Amino acid sequence: MAAQTKKNLKKLLYVIISLVVAELIVLSAILLKDKTFAVLEPAGTIASQQKDLMIFAAILSLFVIMPVFVLLFFILWRFRDGNVKAKYRPNWDGSRKLETIWWGIPILIILVLATVTWKTSHSLDPYRSLKSDTKPLTVQVIALQWKWLFIYPEQNIATVNYLKIPEDTPVNFEITSDAPMNSFWIPQLGGQVYAMSGMQTELHLMADHPGQFTGSSANISGEGFSGMTFNVDAVGKGDFSEWVETVWQSPDQLTKDTYATLAKPTKNDPIMLFGSRDPNLYESVIMKYMHAPAKPTESTTSLPDHTNMEGMDH
Amino acid sequence: MLGRLNWDVLPNDPFTIIALVATGLIAGAGLAVLLKIKGLAWARKTVMYIWREWLTSLDPKKIGVMYILVAVAMLLRGAADAGMMRAQQALSVGDSHGILQSDTFQQVFSAHGTIMIFFVAMGLMFGIINLVLPLQLGARDVAFPFLNSVSFWLFSAGMILINLSLVLGEFSAAGWLAYPPLSELQYSPGVGVDYWIWALQIAGVGSLLSGVNFLVTILKMRAPGMTLMRMPIFAWSVMGSMLLVVFAFPILTATLAMLSLDRTLGMHFFTSDFGGNAMMYINLIWAWGHPEVYILVLPAFGIFSEVVATFSRKRLFGYTSMVWAIAAITFLSFVVWLHHFFTMGAGANVNAFFGIMTMIISIPTGVKVFNWLFTMYGGRVRFTSPMLWFIGFVITFTIGGATGVLLAVPAADFQLHNSLFLVAHFHNMIIGGVVFGYFAGLTYWFPKIFGFRLNEKLGKLAFWFWLSGFCFAFIPLYILGMMGATRRLDHYDPSMGWQGLFIVAGFGVVLIGLGVATQILQFYVSIRDRHLNRDLTGDPWEGRTLEWSIASPAPVYNFAIIPKVHGRDAFWETKQNGTTTSTDYTDIHLPKNTPFGIFIAASSLVAGFAIIWHIWWLAGLGLLGVIGLIIIRSFDEQTEYTITAKEIAKVEAAFAKQKATA
Repeated sequence: MAAQTKKNLKKLLYVIISLVVAELIVLSAILLKDKTFAVLEPAGTIASQQKDLMIFAAILSLFVIMPVFVLLFFILWRFRDGNVKAKYRPNWDGSRKLETIWWGIPILIILVLATVTWKTSHSLDPYRSLKSDTKPLTVQVIALQWKWLFIYPEQNIATVNYLKIPEDTPVNFEITSDAPMNSFWIPQLGGQVYAMSGMQTELHLMADHPGQFTGSSANISGEGFSGMTFNVDAVGKGDFSEWVETVWQSPDQLTKDTYATLAKPTKNDPIMLFGSRDPNLYESVIMKYMHAPAKPTESTTSLPDHTNMEGMDH
Repeated sequence: MLGRLNWDVLPNDPFTIIALVATGLIAGAGLAVLLKIKGLAWARKTVMYIWREWLTSLDPKKIGVMYILVAVAMLLRGAADAGMMRAQQALSVGDSHGILQSDTFQQVFSAHGTIMIFFVAMGLMFGIINLVLPLQLGARDVAFPFLNSVSFWLFSAGMILINLSLVLGEFSAAGWLAYPPLSELQYSPGVGVDYWIWALQIAGVGSLLSGVNFLVTILKMRAPGMTLMRMPIFAWSVMGSMLLVVFAFPILTATLAMLSLDRTLGMHFFTSDFGGNAMMYINLIWAWGHPEVYILVLPAFGIFSEVVATFSRKRLFGYTSMVWAIAAITFLSFVVWLHHFFTMGAGANVNAFFGIMTMIISIPTGVKVFNWLFTMYGGRVRFTSPMLWFIGFVITFTIGGATGVLLAVPAADFQLHNSLFLVAHFHNMIIGGVVFGYFAGLTYWFPKIFGFRLNEKLGKLAFWFWLSGFCFAFIPLYILGMMGATRRLDHYDPSMGWQGLFIVAGFGVVLIGLGVATQILQFYVSIRDRHLNRDLTGDPWEGRTLEWSIASPAPVYNFAIIPKVHGRDAFWETKQNGTTTSTDYTDIHLPKNTPFGIFIAASSLVAGFAIIWHIWWLAGLGLLGVIGLIIIRSFDEQTEYTITAKEIAKVEAAFAKQKATA
């Protein structure tokens, strides 16, 4: 019996170890080929602070994981059935000292983590403007079925599925949706925020250096949602101004009519550039959900405006 | 007359039609062959037997077995969905678009999540509770036996409805929680979301009724002397779980009702316009959804507490702190729901509060893990397959807990939310915690219900398939999440470099599939060799709690004489003290079988189906049917039958003789 149990235990250990090793080999063989770990390769101040935070939390949780793993395998080995060297104490069912340790230490760890959580929830609040000497750039984002419309109100241009931003410049994203809920995410610049119709959310990001990144919608919004990826180019400030000037040359204008066409469901849309935009468009996209759509027969009457837009006051 | 129902809703793509026709033909041919061999009389007898002894039964042990059979069938369906998802993601790169269209893919993952939570995990949970709880409490039945049958059949009605969507119409493509506005009429005009709503609504009412039933059973039907602090920990964990059911499921019912009002009567609770607000839905659905996770995992914790103590031949370590940990988890699980949507733009204070609350839950959970470890300390640990599931659970659950801590920090969650990292995390918790726990419980209590043990060799093999498959299926997802891969993608660009990892994950699903196949083989082999694995003593594992003091399989009345309890581990103490049992039997009254549970559920099914398809006269008929059936049943006063003391004495004497020879 004892020998049998010991053999089983050894088998168990071997299987676990060989599994982990096999997996590591297979995975690393694939992964060693230069892949982008978007979340772990930040190119912006927010993303790099978020990465540090993740690493900190992971290390902290090792303080619990490691003892559990060590204890698990030690106890299983030591108290396996048939090991007469270990003392059998069938009625030992409590120890105030031990229990204080494992109520106490996790509480201390959580205290540390809670402090960090409170601080970072505020310092990395997506609604918080970033400190910088450079004047921030505002980009209005509208999630559509199934594409992203970016409006640069100060530059009076707009793009579809393409975002160009100057480096070292805070970008204030104002985000809404004229579609089911989406989530606006550029992992290398920082975390995501939901895009919801009839309201506006905010996100503040900044690229540290020039580079090309991928953004996407992280929340399912219907058939074409997988195709809602877009390229982000962070470029030098001069290059950005030059690019704006070339976009001004674009013959396409973002009027209410072009928007109406754009808002129709389409998949995998190519990049589009608009040399100008209707100045009221972004607000009207939000505000249209605040009104009752007028019925044809009673077109003269409309419901009063709802000015309290949830999600806007933060 | 038939609402939205017409010939066009039948499947029209050749692949589905061929699959359905083939399934029908095979099933039909199989039945025909069986009839030919066994004859019509045999068939009639079998059907009558199943109807009389099983389908109409009010015995919680039989209801428990039926729950588990449904859950296993649904596990096969959910696993098939998972296989299709990973196959699609391994293939659909660049110019290739894989095997499924986007809409079909979205239906598949919506069905996978819904089925796995509602019809697999919930089914296994209620199944095991039905089998074990009355036995552990020293009770002969649950508090409301008829209600129990109604609950099971409502659960089955929901299951039938969700599977009906394969044949008639379509299923929801809006994810397993169907966030509006995507799930509103504007973006999902078809019947898919309605199927989702009514399958869950009907099954959810069944769950709520079960919650009330088991809660009352625990509070009112314990054996004399079994104070709350002498209850087995499994019973405590069920109490925590059922409290959550009672408080959380009404939220689900109300939320689904509002969404359904939006969709069928054109109301505006959650629409974007007319003052509706989708954020309200997301809050409400998670106010149910987060407790739901703990509803599932608490009983699994309870199972592990029993398994570890028994197979270490030792008392459970830290009983009191286990109870407090369960109580703390039960309470805290109601104040963390917002961590499912830190990204919705709530302020920093709100996010921080819910993040910290989430971390606090990890304290009692961690305490439980240490208590289990020290239950083994000083014991004699036997490496049976339930113990292997426990070891697998500790490994995967601890890792899942650590990744959960990352997700609980709001500022970090912005980078991980909705990514495959999140998907890997919750599968770590639900497979490692819930599924492994229920498998351990099934193996552990199987002999008590069927009278023979499951084959250990195949059980262990199944475990290794599951554990290795789990590693291969989900570790790549953590890495993919770090690479920026979001969940639910039916297609991606080759430049992302994700394909290799998706293929590894797909391989993991194959391994898990082998695990499931091994388990089915295990059932087959164990039933075939049942004479070799008989449990003659009623106590195959040297158990500690009351259920092991009676014969296996447990007699219909459970306990010939209701035991008196003097401490925790009641049966262990009896064995230590060598107390003799009395033979002073009296008549026992048990509830008669009744088909009304099936009738009520069938009527609900008709109503649900009719509402989905807008067949209003039929919906009214179905609802009237439910009310009418309840009224008719309430006039039946002959609901019990008697087992005489003589019959009991005979059964018990036979058991005593069998035990003596074993």
